[in-house]
Amino acid sequence: MTTLLVYAESRGGALRSVAFEAVTAARAAVDAAGGGEVHALVAGSSGIASVASDLGRHGADLVVTVEHEGLARYNPEAIAATVAARITSGGYRGAVFSASAEGRDLAPRVAAILGVPLAADVTAFTLEGDAISATHPVYTGKAIATLRLEGTPAVLSIRPGAVSAAESPREARVESAAPAVDPGASRVVVTEVDTRGGGTLDLAEAPVIVAGGRGLREAANFALVESLAEAFKGRAAVGATRAVTDDGWRDPADQIGQTGRLVSPDLYIAVGISGAIQHLAGMRTSRVIVAINRDKDAPIFKVADYGIVGDLFEVVPRLTEEIGKARGRG
Amino acid sequence: MKIAVCIKRVPDTELRFTIAPDGKALDTSGLKYEISTFDEYAVEAALRLNEAHGSGDVTVVGLGPAGMAELLRRAMSMGADRAVHLTAEEVPFDGAAVAEALAGALTEGGYDLILLGRNATDTGSGAVGPMVAHRLGLPCVTAVSKLDVADGRGTAQRVLEGAVETVTFPLPAVLTIDEGLGRPRIPSLKGIMGAKKKPLDERPAQLGPVRLAVTSLAPPPERPAGRIVGEGADAVPELVRLLRDEAKVL
Repeated sequence: MTTLLVYAESRGGALRSVAFEAVTAARAAVDAAGGGEVHALVAGSSGIASVASDLGRHGADLVVTVEHEGLARYNPEAIAATVAARITSGGYRGAVFSASAEGRDLAPRVAAILGVPLAADVTAFTLEGDAISATHPVYTGKAIATLRLEGTPAVLSIRPGAVSAAESPREARVESAAPAVDPGASRVVVTEVDTRGGGTLDLAEAPVIVAGGRGLREAANFALVESLAEAFKGRAAVGATRAVTDDGWRDPADQIGQTGRLVSPDLYIAVGISGAIQHLAGMRTSRVIVAINRDKDAPIFKVADYGIVGDLFEVVPRLTEEIGKARGRG
Repeated sequence: MKIAVCIKRVPDTELRFTIAPDGKALDTSGLKYEISTFDEYAVEAALRLNEAHGSGDVTVVGLGPAGMAELLRRAMSMGADRAVHLTAEEVPFDGAAVAEALAGALTEGGYDLILLGRNATDTGSGAVGPMVAHRLGLPCVTAVSKLDVADGRGTAQRVLEGAVETVTFPLPAVLTIDEGLGRPRIPSLKGIMGAKKKPLDERPAQLGPVRLAVTSLAPPPERPAGRIVGEGADAVPELVRLLRDEAKVL
């Protein structure tokens, strides 16, 4: 029987949406390989075990809960040791992480402890006997590599948004486990997590992203982009091009592109963005792309599903109004 | 401080390229190579740290074919003091194999910090840094976008989705570098001349076993041709209709 272990990412005691994506991906891979189990490991301070039923709803057969006050914040060394110990003891075929900021940090640590390679940031994978086949964008998205990963256990991380979370309900068994090492002994210590945006949706998780570029002319005009995002009533996040974050119009964390975040939302609206290669590398895998730009020859129109050529200062307020109406009806 | 920076030689990401007839790699004819973006940021970070501390020594380490030497010289023309070229005909895709070679070369160096880019622009995996750290038994912080070092301890910031994390760690340590610590400098003429006299050691890379390989390489799926819905604000209602009825994203 094939069993995969998913690391279910949480922050502040709540699961992140990428955790459901990872469970969904693991469930699909195990089912396609003839069946087996998906186990999910969640770590946090006491109370984190309450998320078990949500993981079961997405296809986890067993939820391993690791509760410890030293895990209230991300504790890379203790969590890596705990995940690796679980994999070693449990006869797992492999471990699945999200290629989120946390997963990109954690997955290579676990692979290193286990002494196995890492297939990072994959967009799909299948179990093929002793090997795993996975697809992974390379050369900043200009090519797609099919990778063959040999050996057991295998370690993979899945690009956020590449797999849509889906339900596969079951009553998950719950097993509590202790950290494999003393979380208080970690050399690398997270002392603060500043969630500046408060409750705003972050780029990795937003189904809709409205992004602005130089075409907005100045920082204050980002208000147009924010209003359009707000019209999606909590479903949209705001992104920016590198030119804009370099100029200090937006926080560097908002940058989408080769040197920023790689995103794949359901809907990406590019406002006043010409479509430099470095920006396209970060968003070209979005499901639907809309571009609003004055220049009909802008490269962004080559990747956009729908384009409007025109003055964004006229088009965006109108779009905000129409989206507001459409959402109001829904 | 004594700092090592590992750099990777990658195809220039701004260029167009084609896939080789075997369908597994790039057609290398006419390709130009550069230091991977974040690795160049790591070189800059090392130089700035030592400039701020008033002294230090920066070693750049590169694994790859003969062409690597030119990029190691470039890093020395930016200001690195010395270079180590771990020669290998090819750089395996498997970061674990690369990490074994780098760790072997770094183990005797007595470095206070070992820096790498947060990920390479070609393979985009971000695996090598933490794997080198594990092999050397050192603490590791990834995707560092702000860094302070004093009295044998470091404080770093990492940009997460929707949050910024502050992390403390003891030296020696392995760090992977994100944007944020300063744009890489352009080498001066004096730097370029000086780099020619700096030491560049060469020895064969002791790569680990390769267990992860590319079986095929393909262009990304073409996005179906999009269309211009119209011009100006009058096109907005039609766009919204398409998003709702055709794309079904509203």
